[in-house]
Amino acid sequence: MPFVANEKFMQPIESFEVPAPPKVNYINAQYGLKSWLLTKDHKRIALLYLGSITFFFFIGGIYALMIRLELLTPQGDFLQSATYNKVFTQHGIIMIFFFLIPSIPATLGNFLIPMMIGAKDLAFPRINLLSWYIYLLGGVITIYALLAGGVDTGWTFYTPYSTTFSNSYVVATGLGIFINGFSSILTGLNFIVTIHTMRAPGMTWFRMPLFLWSHYATSLIMILGTPVIAITILLLAFERVAKVGIFNPALGGDPVLFQHLFWFYSHPAVYIMVLPSMGVISELVANFSRKNIFGYSFVAFSSLAIAVFGFLVWGHHLFVTPQSVYAGMIFSFLSFAVAIPSAIKVFNWTATLYKSSISYDTPMLYALGFIGLFTVGGMTGLFLASLAVDVHLSDTYFVVAHFHYIMVGGALMGYLGGLHYWWPKITGRMYPEGWGRFSALVIYVGFNLTFLPQFVAGYLGMPRRYHAYPPEFQVFNVLSTAGASILGFGMLIPAIYFVWSMRYGRHADANPWHLPGLEWRTQSPPPTENFEVTPIVTWDAYEFAPREETEVVGKFRPELERT
Amino acid sequence: MSHAATEHVHGHPALQHHFENMEQQREAGTLGMWVFLVTEIMFFGGMFLAYSLYRWKYPAAFASASNHLDIWLGAFNTGVLILSSFTMALAVYFTQIGKQRPQVLCLVLTLVLGLTFLGVKGVEYHDKYEDSLIPGQLIPGRPFGPKVLKHGEPEDHHKLDLQEGATLGQVEMFYWIYFAMTGMHALHMIIGAGLLTYLLIFSIKRRFGPEYHSPVEVIGLYWHFVDIVWIFLFPLLYLLGRHVGHVS
Amino acid sequence: MSEHIVPVRVYATIFLILLVGTALTVWAAFMDFPWRLNTIVALTIATVKATFVVLYFMHVRYSARLVWVIIISALFWMAILFAFTFADYVTRDWLSLQIG
Repeated sequence: MPFVANEKFMQPIESFEVPAPPKVNYINAQYGLKSWLLTKDHKRIALLYLGSITFFFFIGGIYALMIRLELLTPQGDFLQSATYNKVFTQHGIIMIFFFLIPSIPATLGNFLIPMMIGAKDLAFPRINLLSWYIYLLGGVITIYALLAGGVDTGWTFYTPYSTTFSNSYVVATGLGIFINGFSSILTGLNFIVTIHTMRAPGMTWFRMPLFLWSHYATSLIMILGTPVIAITILLLAFERVAKVGIFNPALGGDPVLFQHLFWFYSHPAVYIMVLPSMGVISELVANFSRKNIFGYSFVAFSSLAIAVFGFLVWGHHLFVTPQSVYAGMIFSFLSFAVAIPSAIKVFNWTATLYKSSISYDTPMLYALGFIGLFTVGGMTGLFLASLAVDVHLSDTYFVVAHFHYIMVGGALMGYLGGLHYWWPKITGRMYPEGWGRFSALVIYVGFNLTFLPQFVAGYLGMPRRYHAYPPEFQVFNVLSTAGASILGFGMLIPAIYFVWSMRYGRHADANPWHLPGLEWRTQSPPPTENFEVTPIVTWDAYEFAPREETEVVGKFRPELERT
Repeated sequence: MSHAATEHVHGHPALQHHFENMEQQREAGTLGMWVFLVTEIMFFGGMFLAYSLYRWKYPAAFASASNHLDIWLGAFNTGVLILSSFTMALAVYFTQIGKQRPQVLCLVLTLVLGLTFLGVKGVEYHDKYEDSLIPGQLIPGRPFGPKVLKHGEPEDHHKLDLQEGATLGQVEMFYWIYFAMTGMHALHMIIGAGLLTYLLIFSIKRRFGPEYHSPVEVIGLYWHFVDIVWIFLFPLLYLLGRHVGHVS
Repeated sequence: MSEHIVPVRVYATIFLILLVGTALTVWAAFMDFPWRLNTIVALTIATVKATFVVLYFMHVRYSARLVWVIIISALFWMAILFAFTFADYVTRDWLSLQIG
């Protein structure tokens, strides 16, 4: 068998030799600000992103705090309504464009994708660095717009308010988001080309970890959808400057056309936000239950199905516009259909957990939280996909609760779980496990207390984007704000102990969790070139038990050359 | 940098450290450009959608407005771009077979033709400015306000011939889309001209040859794409309503 | 190298085809065809021209299948954008037609 050179990788996990404590890794390989700011190493770029994304997350969090403080009382007594409009707009813009969309792909994806396929870097390292600078530029412009006076149109920028009537910094904010979009496009481009052309020998598509499948699907959405929001923002900006345009009824234009173009991207964008998180969950569920993922191909193809179907449903954001009822029916039907691949994933994760050996480490707690909370979010989405029910629920707090269950209960949980899981690989240190579990529980409780009451308030009729509301909704809002405080506190704890662990955390070896993944077969933190020897992959992604000879024969594909 | 006839022990000088060999690098570069072109297709696609929608809704206005464009300048520009695509393809060919002088010549021709296109576009834009056809208040001192041909008036190239059912607002919509689409296209041509300049400089320095010509090929793909966008823009914007009513 | 080098002869032929196509489309624009044929003729000629550019100038005829998949996917996605948006606009008046 021509795998002699690969013996090191063929040994059982337990006997895999832990390399000597790393002398040189990607962190200490070079010192100095320039070596970080001009790096081509995907791992360093991932850390650059980690820092900036965390910064924007806190800004978005401050806006959230202001919203919840205002909504504590039915009167508008903390903020003026114009200011409140700016606060929820900016909360949405920062969280969506500057936190959620880049979060997992730009940090965990950048760090892990080359390692998981056995490559030395992504296909285009300089474009990777460029994408970070573009992200920063977009962020700086947006922050300038916020500080100069802010934008009050809602993150959805609906016309004609945004083009004609708003007196806020629409063009500047739009420019910031437009530029940021290129960061997304370049990241997606890099991932697609890398996964196609740089897999190590033996790493066939169906031996890839599911994290890679979901990032591939995410990259497809980034490539196909982001350009449309780019042109839409440009057209919006031009219309604002020209004082008339194609969305303006004065010329015979249709404001709803803006909504079509806007949501063509923005709906698939929510899958950009949640698909990478699902990839993380697949990793966590399989690895922390020490069992091969149930239905690997189904989970892999469901990622692609979500990417495709996600582009067919945008009209469900237009149910209460003059959009044709017949188009509404088609979009409604397709919106029900798009839930199916997500449900397939949830079923497969659950089946993986069944009769497995679960260890309740912090990452697993986040994964379990995800499965429950994402399911709630997904099912409440079905209420909204139903035409008639949506007429009642549209623009109420039901919608707000629905998407926060997906974005915070889903995407953010996956992000935190992944950060904890791969923290030893990234930094060579362990986070404190006790605090990790405690904060995971606090976040879970805080999150549910914040958003569960919002479902009820919305169903009973409380509208969104209002700074004042009828007194009968106050009890829900008080619960929600109390929950938000707990949630905020819960999220501060990891912020503190992650920083703490970088200096005082227990040193981690190459494989602290004892797992078969390719990323665990190199030192922690990894050397700059990731692997000392290019691995030749002959095992499946979650091969916890060695395959018996009889299983392997006949199934084995002898294409060791790069495909 | 001289081109090597065979790969060195450490690989071709242009081989980047994270690739195994030149073939993988070339494959990745080509694939990367195609993926980028997909984003460009979707980018222009949004504007083609707006165009299609409003043309469907306001056929008379769009025909009137289209007739006011200079079809011969448009056709000339189409020929210029097609020729530039030809010279670009030749530039790639000559790089592949290692003939440096024809390679440089073809790149120069492509660049010159591209700049010619932009020059003609500039002339057209100037004409629109003169006739107050630039939409809204994009030009602060000169809002949209073309002169309209009245019944019985002799043909005037500077006056708009409005067909039945067309309103000035809808015509303004056409011009909005015209400027957005041709403007975006021109911006891409300017970027293309910049990329060609880069290719030219390094071709003169003999950077590219038979074993390393990926940048020439890949920028060629970009240039051809910009040509294809214009192949669609020309009939959609210039040839709409020529068969009805008056021809300007 | 697995690359195919396209001969100049082929490029020249395609170039001439493109020029002829341009002349054809300008001529056809002045002809008054019935129904929507003017638009269909113009778009068909443009599509054929674009196809030649893609296949020969952009070497897709000699490229890996993955490139074909990429191009067709992009066109398919643009088709999605068009189809579903037009599905809205074209059917907007249907309901009132029934009542009125």
